[in-house]
Amino acid sequence: MSEMQSGVQQAWQARLDAGEFVIQRCGGCQQHVFYPRGLCPHCGADQLAFVTPAGSGTVYATTVVRRKAELGGDYNVVLVDLDEGVRLMSRVEGVAPDAVAIGLRVQARVAREQDRGLLLFDPL
Amino acid sequence: MTDLNSLRGQVAIAGAATFGCGVVPGYTDMELLVGAAQRAVADAGLTMQDIDGLCTASVTATMWPMVVVEHLGIRPTFIDGTMLGGSSFIAHLLPAMQALMSGQCNAVLVCYGSAQRSATFNRRDIVASRKLLDPQPYEHPYEPMLPPSAYALAANRHMHEFGTERRQLAEVAVAARQWAQRNPTAFERGPLSIDDVLNARMVSDPLTVRDCCLVTDGGGAYVLVRGDRARDLRQPPVYVLGNATACWNRQISSMADLTVTAAQESGARAFAMAGLTPADVDVVELYDAFTINTLLFLEDLGFCAKGEGGAFVEGGAIAPGGRLPVNTNGGGLSWGHPGMYGIFALIEAVEQLRGQCGERQVSGAQVALAHGNGGTLSSQSTAILGTAATL
Ligand SMILES: [Zn+2]
Repeated sequence: MSEMQSGVQQAWQARLDAGEFVIQRCGGCQQHVFYPRGLCPHCGADQLAFVTPAGSGTVYATTVVRRKAELGGDYNVVLVDLDEGVRLMSRVEGVAPDAVAIGLRVQARVAREQDRGLLLFDPL
Repeated sequence: MTDLNSLRGQVAIAGAATFGCGVVPGYTDMELLVGAAQRAVADAGLTMQDIDGLCTASVTATMWPMVVVEHLGIRPTFIDGTMLGGSSFIAHLLPAMQALMSGQCNAVLVCYGSAQRSATFNRRDIVASRKLLDPQPYEHPYEPMLPPSAYALAANRHMHEFGTERRQLAEVAVAARQWAQRNPTAFERGPLSIDDVLNARMVSDPLTVRDCCLVTDGGGAYVLVRGDRARDLRQPPVYVLGNATACWNRQISSMADLTVTAAQESGARAFAMAGLTPADVDVVELYDAFTINTLLFLEDLGFCAKGEGGAFVEGGAIAPGGRLPVNTNGGGLSWGHPGMYGIFALIEAVEQLRGQCGERQVSGAQVALAHGNGGTLSSQSTAILGTAATL
């Protein structure tokens, strides 16, 4: 992490804006960490480094946020467990919002929304 | 060093009151707080000049204790402004007890007010401004409807792991309504069936608008003094037998297991301090921001096994006449929900133990549990309260 020229949140977002999805791995306890931070929440070590995950994961929980059609219609919000063992919030696209279910295997993809990188998932 | 267990029953709630609950256009948060504070202090037979300890918190104002000190004209020697969301005013109990027993102060006012329903700066504005003032950069881009979507995710997971059904969630809302129908101060008292809940407008699956708490205005306050002093005051003392607070995360995406809350820890510690078990509790007041909360807290506090909350509430089991009286004022689902509900759960527990609840009174109630929840299943605080007979 010594090469970082900014805080870890900005560094993570900059990579996402460039189309690259990374998570952290702890040099102390070897566990993966998400969201990015300065100290490992498992062991307290300050040796967290960005690594590229496989991007594959499993839906842990899902909900459909109901929204009026004229405002864009319904969309889903999911919690995904990456195969590296970290959980994050995202959205599954390429399938009806209410067709997303716990256990669905998904693959990460970096999209662009409002000129920023945005991590989304598609069914595998 | 003072053993926490030695604090059991040493401090009592001597006064409690609500003010402006429901819809009260034209009031500010502070005015609702002051109305409740004045009534709680008078309920104890004290005056505001007797108050030398203050606990308070606000959803919007980060320096709120200073504003309250100034407004009330008090000079407290103990101040706790810990903000843990809706559990705050139950979490304030233990620090206040320690301050009272150390002699740091002699009468603590715990107080809260919210005009969220009627204020021009309403709940929607608060949610929007929080994105700037309290950003969650790894959740907000996905636009979860917070807080409902966080609880919806927990409900979805609970249904998946334990086979919990939407009808069982609806039982919670129907039981709350049946209690509210016995409480003249409740905001929603009309008929409500399980089908009404299931067929209501879906907000964030699997939660309909009837699985979600109300949005109302209101103020609440209570006064704590040492037990020996409480015996000489106006009201029957309600003793604090145990209190504990636990927080494991802030964001729903950082919660290790969506079906297990930190109430497991706060409940175990509070019961240990009280020297009691769930079987000793006569009346239960849980922060039911959403129907899933009641199931999670019944499980995590030990009233039933993990995963059995849905079956536990079936057949009106927590409604009037059921096996366990839960949320006897009607709860956040039907009594009212002025933003941070925890203090109102505690006040209902106090009134039950005083035997002042009229048609909804749980006969012979000696031990009550009040449980607060904050954030999105983030912070949990449990209080065990008892009458003089429990000392
Ligand atoms: Zn580590």
